[in-house]
Amino acid sequence: MDEPLVLGIETSCDETGVGLVRGETLLFDAIASSVEEHARFGGVVPEVASRAHLEAMVPTIERACREAGVRLADVDAVSVTAGPGLAGALLVGVAAAKALSLGLGVPLYGVNHLAAHVAVDVVEHGPLPEPTMGLLVSGGHSNLLLVPDVTHDIRSLGATIDDAAGEAFDKVARVLGLPFPGGPHIDRAAREGDQVAIDFPRGLTSGRDMERHRFDYSFSGLKTAVARWVQAREADGEPVPVADVAASFQEAVVDVLTRKAVLACSEHGVDDLLIGGGVAANSRLRALAQERCDRAGIRLRVPRPGLCTDNGAMVAALGAQMVTRGRDASRLDLPADSSQPVEQVRS
Amino acid sequence: MLLAIDTATGIVGAALHDGERVRAEVVHHDVRRHGELLAPAIQEALREAGIPAAELTAVVCGVGPGPFTGLRVGVVTALTLAHGLGLPTPQGICSLDALAHQVMGTHEGELLVATDARRREVYWAHYAVGPTDARRIAGPGVCADADLAEQLRTLPTVGRGAELYPDAFSGVALPDVRDVRPGALAELAVRLRAGDHPDAETALLPPEPLYLRRPDAVEMRR
Ligand SMILES: [Zn+2]
Repeated sequence: MDEPLVLGIETSCDETGVGLVRGETLLFDAIASSVEEHARFGGVVPEVASRAHLEAMVPTIERACREAGVRLADVDAVSVTAGPGLAGALLVGVAAAKALSLGLGVPLYGVNHLAAHVAVDVVEHGPLPEPTMGLLVSGGHSNLLLVPDVTHDIRSLGATIDDAAGEAFDKVARVLGLPFPGGPHIDRAAREGDQVAIDFPRGLTSGRDMERHRFDYSFSGLKTAVARWVQAREADGEPVPVADVAASFQEAVVDVLTRKAVLACSEHGVDDLLIGGGVAANSRLRALAQERCDRAGIRLRVPRPGLCTDNGAMVAALGAQMVTRGRDASRLDLPADSSQPVEQVRS
Repeated sequence: MLLAIDTATGIVGAALHDGERVRAEVVHHDVRRHGELLAPAIQEALREAGIPAAELTAVVCGVGPGPFTGLRVGVVTALTLAHGLGLPTPQGICSLDALAHQVMGTHEGELLVATDARRREVYWAHYAVGPTDARRIAGPGVCADADLAEQLRTLPTVGRGAELYPDAFSGVALPDVRDVRPGALAELAVRLRAGDHPDAETALLPPEPLYLRRPDAVEMRR
């Protein structure tokens, strides 16, 4: 039993996550989500999320320990998402983690949320190749990361310059009259549709954009194009082919995501691509990424959907890697940083 | 050994009380960095008193009302620390009660507590202060300074509300009581828990923030 037992806390958005990881083994991942409370507002309301985190914190810690069959007193270290994320939501998790660290007398690791999305795959598919290319896509982020060492060396190759991919899914779902969160509903509707029915724009893929924004993404123009197309149909009094719009929109998103990710792998000589974040649950993204990776000779890693969305296990997994590699712990006065840069893996 | 923390006003801090007296009190005057300052303040208080965290037997926290972000840092810290140490669930105390408790010995009679609720509003509560205890008569509430009843606004006042809105509050501001001192919260908590206070039955609250306001959000219509 030499491997460290780490408790990880995640509260950067609307999920209160508490995970327990021993070394590279996931013991339990407990999640309390406030997504249903947000659904009636059509998006995440920060104050609602913060209140929910506070209420869920201790019950979620208790449940994680009970289900994992461990006692809090056996925990060797506590890790927590220090940023990026919603400021008030992050603060609840960071304060809880500090209190646990203080009470249990164990080290505290304040970690980067994006790094944790990459690190979580260790518990699913084993040690990360070094380097790994990370494509993180969710309602809050769309990033391409070159990851030589997930515990302390991450380089940002590109990111969205406007909306996150998941945000575009939510907004287009709204235009199509589909519920929040939009991702799963669009994915389902798209299965009945034709992905080449409508030629929606692929952001930042033109010649000049590929020079200035080679690995950046943009989904705002696409979202607007979909809204205009739907409005024009409605203005003409014609029915909106929801399945075709969903399929064509989704294709435009996953085409750009995977094209740039595979290009980044080739140009940086990286043989392994890891996709994480909530949008990684999208079936078309997985299929197209697999197809393109196979063609380019790249190994694709995608954690199971429950580990792609925000969760405590990913924070615990990264914390455990840091303990194992002997990284320094954080100080008890570490701040929550809502705009923490990805290069700052540990606070 | 009881740990008391409060983050509802302009002080972030922690105090330790052994049942007889306050053994350590560490405070920071900063309303923006609760998340950074509170845990180290607890650690410092423990160090000052020379006891390990494992020797704590109870945790109490001020539950406001106060600005939400800081308030939550205090409450979640109390909850998680108590859970981590295997202690009973912490008890909450209205932070304004602690402010009223702080005037004992310097003031007797009616008292208004008014603190900064931001957005041009105050959190308030009305007290009767006697020689040995301060009892809440009305509140806590939140409203714009001018919406508070005239007979309350002319009372002697503590908290930062009166100095923020001097036009509305014409009562004497008692100068030395502006923010909740965790040591005072600890003293009040020890008396309430011992039943040594006329409001012992009612003043100990669940460890939940007294938000008094609903989240700002507009429901979607379809
Ligand atoms: Zn995320």
